[in-house]
Amino acid sequence: MKNASTSVAITLKQVQKTFSDGTLALKPLDLHIEKGEILVLLGPSGCGKTTTLRLIAGLEFCDQGGQILFGERDVTNVAIEQRRVGMVFQSYALFPNMNVSENIAYGLRVRGESKELKEKKVQEMLELFDLEPYAHRGIDQLSGGQRQRVALARAIITEPEVLLLDEPLSALDALLKKRLRTDINALLKRLGITAVYVTHDQEEAMAMGDRIAILDRGEIAQIGTAEEVYLSPKSEFVANFIGQMNHFDGLLNGQALSFRSNFIPLPETLYSTYKEGERIRCMTRPEDVRLTSFEDATLKGAVSHSVFLGDRTRVLVSVEGVKELVHVDCFERKRYSKGDRVGLVIPPLCLVLLPNLGSEEVVC
Amino acid sequence: MKKGMYFYLQLAFTLLVCAFLIVPIFMSITAGLTNNYFVGVKSGLTLRWVEQVWTLYSDTIWLTMEIALVTTLVNLCVGVPCAYYLARTRSKLSAFLDECLTLPIAIPGMAIALGLISVYGGISEFRMSWLFILVGHVIFTLPFMVKSVLAVLQSINFRVLEEGAASLGASFWQRFFHVIVPNCKTGIVSGILMTLTLSAGEFNLTWMLHTPLTKTLPVGLADSYASMRLEVSSAYTLIFLGMILPLLIAAQWLNRKPKRTA
Repeated sequence: MKNASTSVAITLKQVQKTFSDGTLALKPLDLHIEKGEILVLLGPSGCGKTTTLRLIAGLEFCDQGGQILFGERDVTNVAIEQRRVGMVFQSYALFPNMNVSENIAYGLRVRGESKELKEKKVQEMLELFDLEPYAHRGIDQLSGGQRQRVALARAIITEPEVLLLDEPLSALDALLKKRLRTDINALLKRLGITAVYVTHDQEEAMAMGDRIAILDRGEIAQIGTAEEVYLSPKSEFVANFIGQMNHFDGLLNGQALSFRSNFIPLPETLYSTYKEGERIRCMTRPEDVRLTSFEDATLKGAVSHSVFLGDRTRVLVSVEGVKELVHVDCFERKRYSKGDRVGLVIPPLCLVLLPNLGSEEVVC
Repeated sequence: MKKGMYFYLQLAFTLLVCAFLIVPIFMSITAGLTNNYFVGVKSGLTLRWVEQVWTLYSDTIWLTMEIALVTTLVNLCVGVPCAYYLARTRSKLSAFLDECLTLPIAIPGMAIALGLISVYGGISEFRMSWLFILVGHVIFTLPFMVKSVLAVLQSINFRVLEEGAASLGASFWQRFFHVIVPNCKTGIVSGILMTLTLSAGEFNLTWMLHTPLTKTLPVGLADSYASMRLEVSSAYTLIFLGMILPLLIAAQWLNRKPKRTA
């Protein structure tokens, strides 16, 4: 199987989708996916990720004015059967009237390929996906993981220009999910196929994608590598959707963010862009906060409760002036009890700052 | 578990009901094969009456088979695409069509026949031909075919199956014949059996629509009851049962088989 040669880049220009009932499912979208790249569309349900995938697939057509290109080929008004895509559906969409081999061979059958070629390629696929013992089994005799592999084999046998995966792992249990996503990722990379992968699971997104596009209410909130979206979220939505975030609302006071008696020192790169006294929101990840002695700290609180998670302990600290409990991940084997007075240290480089708090109340 | 008196009472009642229904059929079969029904079986068994029926009424039997087969064929060609359209489309028009299709089940056959005669009865060529009965049978049986296929379509996720086939390059017709039709097989086969059975046994409508030259088996049966000796009409019933029973048994057997889902 050599897909790298057939793969193409995908370009979306001002692609918008309005449903027949007038709902705007997707705001005008510009997106470029490189040849051989895996792009993950991530977001909560109803954010437009599946609509985007269906537009790329040709299962939906975009509003007037939008354009979808596969390489140089304009496929905007081309139906799915002529787009040369491979698609893996959430429910797999395997044909119950055909056995495993027939399902895998279907794409070649409708193209009128010779019997020899079909048999050769189906055999290749069966070997690639460890499905040889199940070749003549009915679909209803397969486990979830096996069905998933049949669906993937069926989608790539025709060497499509792009591969589209619509939440392909969501019907599987957590353990199988983890194993399969590693397998799929390795396979897609080996084939060098351009792939668009839809999921609502952020861990899956980070494991799968070269880049992640996070969608919110019909538009891309942020697009970038896993590191970029995790470490430098551009909006509150992205920050909260990927991983856990602690929020500190306060006023810029000199070189620090202050609220009540607490303050967090800020690095120059952050505070220099804001005016003295400006309301700002500062965020940080639980694993970036360190617990220290109460006396020396500029940020002080009391332990509310702690949860042992095996590789770490999640400590929830109540800090004066902070609305929500501050989540802290401790990696050393230390016990914290309710009421323990602790200090919190946040390395300045681990801070993310978002302005425009608007009219939200700031406790200062 | 020890079976109580209640169980045996139930069993006795069920057997009694079965006997109530089956005994007349059995008697009729016996009548059709007995030399003289009033003397009883001791008068001797014979196939004379069956042969006589065949000589007198074989044309009605052939016509019944012909109409039943053509009705089924028309139902297949119209009913399956119709069910597919209704399952796919959710519009006011499809809801209206659905209602229209169900209507012939509720309207008495006589009324449908009367409607057909008053509208098309003037076209004498059509009125005299067996096609006139065919139209009536299609109107009466089409809802059964459509509903049967529709039920299967609604139980499988056929849209996704179709999208899956389309993503692999299948055209509309390839999708329809490779994916939709095979996965509706149980619905189609049960629709076929129902159509054959209903068409072969249809009397009300056919009685109104027939001409002396386009008589079907049930109409001929009514004639023979009215004008022939009991043994002949019983032999006629026997032939009818021979035609219809295998279909009914096949339909029952099919319904027992678990349906495969997507």
